[in-house]
This record gives sequence, C-alpha cells and structure tokens, in this order.
Amino acid sequence: METYLSGYREVAHTADWELEVWAPTLAELLRQAARGMYALSGIQIADRPRLQRQVDLEASDAEGLLVAFLSELLYIGETEGLAFDQIEIEINHLTLHAELSGAPITKTDKEIKAVTYHNLSVHAENNLLRANIVFDV
Amino acid sequence: MIAIQDLKRISDYEWEIPQTFRQDMRVPVRIFATRRLLEKVMDDKSLEQAVNAATLPGLVGRVVVMPDMHQGYGFPIGGVAATRYPEGVISPGAIGYDINCGVRLLATSIEYEEAKTLLGDLATALDHYCPSGVGEKGALRMSEKELDQVCREGARWTLKQGYATEMDLLRTEEGGCLEGADPSKVSPHAKERGRPQLGTLGAGNHFIEVDVVEQIFDAEAARVMGLEEGALALQIHCGSRGFGHQICTDYVREFQSAVKRYGIQLPDRELVCAPLNSPEGQNYLAAMRSAANYAFANRQMLAHNARIAFEQVFAGKVRDWRLRQVYDIAHNMGKIETHIIDGQEVKVCVHRKGATRAFGPGSPELPDEYRRIGQPVLVPGSMGTASWVLVGTESSMQRAFGSSCHGAGRVMSRQQAKKQVRGEALRQELEADGIRVRAGSMAGLAEEAPQAYKDVDAVVETVAGAEIARKVARLRPVAVVKG
Repeated sequence: METYLSGYREVAHTADWELEVWAPTLAELLRQAARGMYALSGIQIADRPRLQRQVDLEASDAEGLLVAFLSELLYIGETEGLAFDQIEIEINHLTLHAELSGAPITKTDKEIKAVTYHNLSVHAENNLLRANIVFDV
Repeated sequence: MIAIQDLKRISDYEWEIPQTFRQDMRVPVRIFATRRLLEKVMDDKSLEQAVNAATLPGLVGRVVVMPDMHQGYGFPIGGVAATRYPEGVISPGAIGYDINCGVRLLATSIEYEEAKTLLGDLATALDHYCPSGVGEKGALRMSEKELDQVCREGARWTLKQGYATEMDLLRTEEGGCLEGADPSKVSPHAKERGRPQLGTLGAGNHFIEVDVVEQIFDAEAARVMGLEEGALALQIHCGSRGFGHQICTDYVREFQSAVKRYGIQLPDRELVCAPLNSPEGQNYLAAMRSAANYAFANRQMLAHNARIAFEQVFAGKVRDWRLRQVYDIAHNMGKIETHIIDGQEVKVCVHRKGATRAFGPGSPELPDEYRRIGQPVLVPGSMGTASWVLVGTESSMQRAFGSSCHGAGRVMSRQQAKKQVRGEALRQELEADGIRVRAGSMAGLAEEAPQAYKDVDAVVETVAGAEIARKVARLRPVAVVKG
C-alpha cells in the first residue's frame, strides 16, 4: 500500500521479512509501519465489537520508538487478540501517545516473532522520513 | 561486500575470513562450507553479518559459521561465537528471539509398512493433540507461580506433573533445565504471553514430523539411540513461543542504552550486548535461562501429547507404540561452557544461533550411553525432504566450540517463495509423494516450501567431510503437522 507521501512495501529478505516505510512525519511513519506489519501478517479483524486502547511509550531515539510501538502492537495482538485499523499518534520529544481503535482478530496468516533493530535507521530523504524494518518470523 | 577472493581456503570444507579483512574485527571468521554452498550465500548478507559478529567485545578463538548459514538480523543464522567469561559480553541478538528453539527426536519400534495405512489418522491426531498456529493457546492454564516454577525447573517441572519420564530428561540437553534461571528478571509482558502457550507448537518453520528411518550409517550409534531401520520416528521443532520472543525484545531494547554505558561500539544495533559480569548481562542471562527452561518444558508437553496421539492411533494395532526419547537439543542458545583455546582451558559464553551443540565422545555433559558415541545432533531438513541424525566429534570440540549445523538453511526469500509456490498445490504435491500434511495456513506452508531451502544432504556432507559431526541415520518424512 503506498501513496506519494506515505506508504510501505515488502522487501525481499532470505529468512525474515523486511518492510520499507516512508512518511512526512515520525508519527505518520509509525502509523504506516503498523499498517505494513498487519498487512505482512495477513491480519483480518471483525466488524464488531469496536474496541479502543491507548499506548504510551518513551524511547531515546526515533528507532527505539518505532521498535517499541510495533512490539507493543504484537503484544496486544497476542495477549488480547486485537488489531487496529484506526491509529492516531502524537509524538512530543520522543514521548508517544497513541489512540488505537480496532476489533478482534479473525484471521492471521503468519506469525511475526519480533521487531528487530537490524540496520534500522529513521532518516530523511527528499523531505520524507524513511526506514527499513526487519521482522523476525 | 565480501567476495570469494577475500576468503582463505583451508580445505574443501573450510574457509577463513582473516581478522585483517576489516579493522574492527577482533577474531577471524571460520566458515564450514563447500565452494558450491559458499557461492549460494554470496548474494545475501550472511558473511557480512559474520564479520559484524566478529566485532563483539571479549570474543575468543574465532566466529564459526555452519554450512546451513543464511542472512539473519544482526548475527547470521548458523553462527557460533564464544566470549570470555565473565568479562566478555552476552548479546541477546546473537542468541535470537526464539530462545532455545530446538528439536526433539523420539524413536519407535513401529514398522513403516504396518503403519502406512494409519498415517493419515496419525497426522490428524497429532494436529488435534498438539495445538499449533499463530498465537495458539494450550490446554494448560498456568498460574504465575506455576510459570515461575517452569522457568526455574524446565522439563523437571513436567516430570513432577506426570508429563515426562526420567529417560526423557536424561536424554535432553542439560537434563532439560538450565541452572541460574530467575523469573524475577522476566517482564510482566513476557509472562502474560508465556502463561497460556505452554504445550503449543506455534507457526512459521515449526513443525511436528513423522519420519521413517530410511538408512543407517553407524549401526552401533543408532542402536544406542534406539533407531531402527524401517521404523517410525517423530521430530518436534519449536521453542519458547511468545515468552522467549518478548524476553529478547525487552533486553535488546534495554541493551541499546547499556552499550552506551559500557562504551561498546558496534556495526549493527541488533548486536547490542553487555558484559557478562554487569548487572544488565546477569539479568539477561537469568531471563534467557528462564525462556530456555520454558522451551524444554514446551517440547516435553508436546512430546507427551504426541504420545497420546500415537496411543490413540496405534493401540491394539501394533505390538509396541511407545515413543522413546532419542535426544532434545537447542539451536538458539547462550551457554557457559569450558573449551580448550590455544591449549588453555577457557570458560566462555557460547552463543549459538541456528547452530546445534555437538559435543564429542567423552564429554561429561552427556548421559552415560552417549558419552561413548558422542552427542546426538538433530538436523531437520526442509518440509518434504530428508532429516539427519549425526553425532558430535572430538574435532568439533577443537574447531567449532563443540557445534554443528541445525538444518538445511534458507536460500530463497519468503516473498519469492510466496510468488513461486501455491500452498494448496504444494500440499497436493507432498501428499502425492506419500507425505500427509496438516497445515493451519496455506500461505505459511508456501513460505516453507522445500525449494526455499538448501539441500540438507549437501549441508550434512559438509559437516561430515569437515569432521565436525558424523552420520548416524537419514530420516524420510511421511507426515507433517504445521501451524
């Protein structure tokens, strides 16, 4: 899924999964990364009940925030069986607040074990932020 | 980028990247591979990752890479690295997220010929009794106190609960329990993920497979292990589930700041580490051992449930339907061991990621009957292809920190496999070859297609040729259960 300004795409990796994401802001980059991660897993959710969750996180850099946020989504997915199709993120000085709205997961094709820091770098390129995220699967 | 010309050929089966290749390397990299296998990995980043691994502080000897190597994240899959204890480092990423992912092999006296017509029923029963799939929960609902006991006691806990025999534990690496586990070093997130998942297989490349012992190469070793030509055997491949994944996630995050505190410079943030004698290193070691013990208990629970499935299908139809433990071994683990380096006994932390411990004959860590023949090494092939049983050698102790390969090793990306292979078509192909398949996800099945992996026979010929393991038996799959 991609637009000119923000999006994600799968990159070939021998053993694991790699996702390239881009967006104008860090908050939007995290949102695209979450959408991409759900798409890689083939996650589908029910129409209802609609459920809301909040996530608050801190990290020492942008990469840390990205890994922590996606890891938290994996945790909620595994322990509560929930995934989110509406994600609002605010980031102030590497403190994140996310308002998540979603529903119970009805189908998952593949399991993501973890979000790695492998060669992870959130960097600016042509006025967009970009990052390549490798998932352990 | 590394080219074959950068490598020094030691023999037909062994190559070296000298320490001088890159300024930040602390030790050389020793690769066990034929030229053909080596050429297959030149396009991915396995060797670059091995060079990065060679920069970890406190390394001794060499970084070793097995012939089933492939690109991972940070540390290559098939890599072995030993750091001096206690001042060297421990790196969670060099052990992996699936802590104590490993393989268990059980032998039977059930003749393939008499079981042939029941294999479909067996696959269905195994699928029923051994929960698999993404986020699947087990039948057991553990309290937090019970989970803490599993962390401390590993497979010993399952013995107390009636899910194991003394023989099962005796024939498990470390007797199924690593000392020094401390569940207080495990996060509430990890515990919440771990509590409902004991006794589950998970998804991805994890499987339960029924094999027939096709060929025996070492009759005496096979006899000691209880492997009979023409009889069925069972392999269980899985690890510590969400419990281990979360523990590694937590400590990789925590160690991002630890490396700054200890002034450690690394070429990849996934290699973050902390000195073994630091509070951070000690905490991770205690948490990692908790996950390792959880995984030993997990495979034991699955073996217990597989025994129920075998009884249901074979009771009254064959003379003896028992599943007898051959061995249970980790291939993602950090262990404190003593090795001879430059003629001196040195205590080290051996990181094995996608590599199997392969101790040679005489090792005091082995049960009596295996001390004569060497430790069983279990090498599952890709789905639909052969698996191997090997034993460790004295040469492996001297040249590879007592380690060997762990499988076939991927050669094709999951994306490419998905494009080239349709899950349902693959299932039909395998069934046509006489392999019964029960899979939770057809997309997941396609990603694990045999063509996505190297030839396991070529991998085994390499470790045998290099004499870091010896062939005992070749197994052929007849039924596979996958999440």
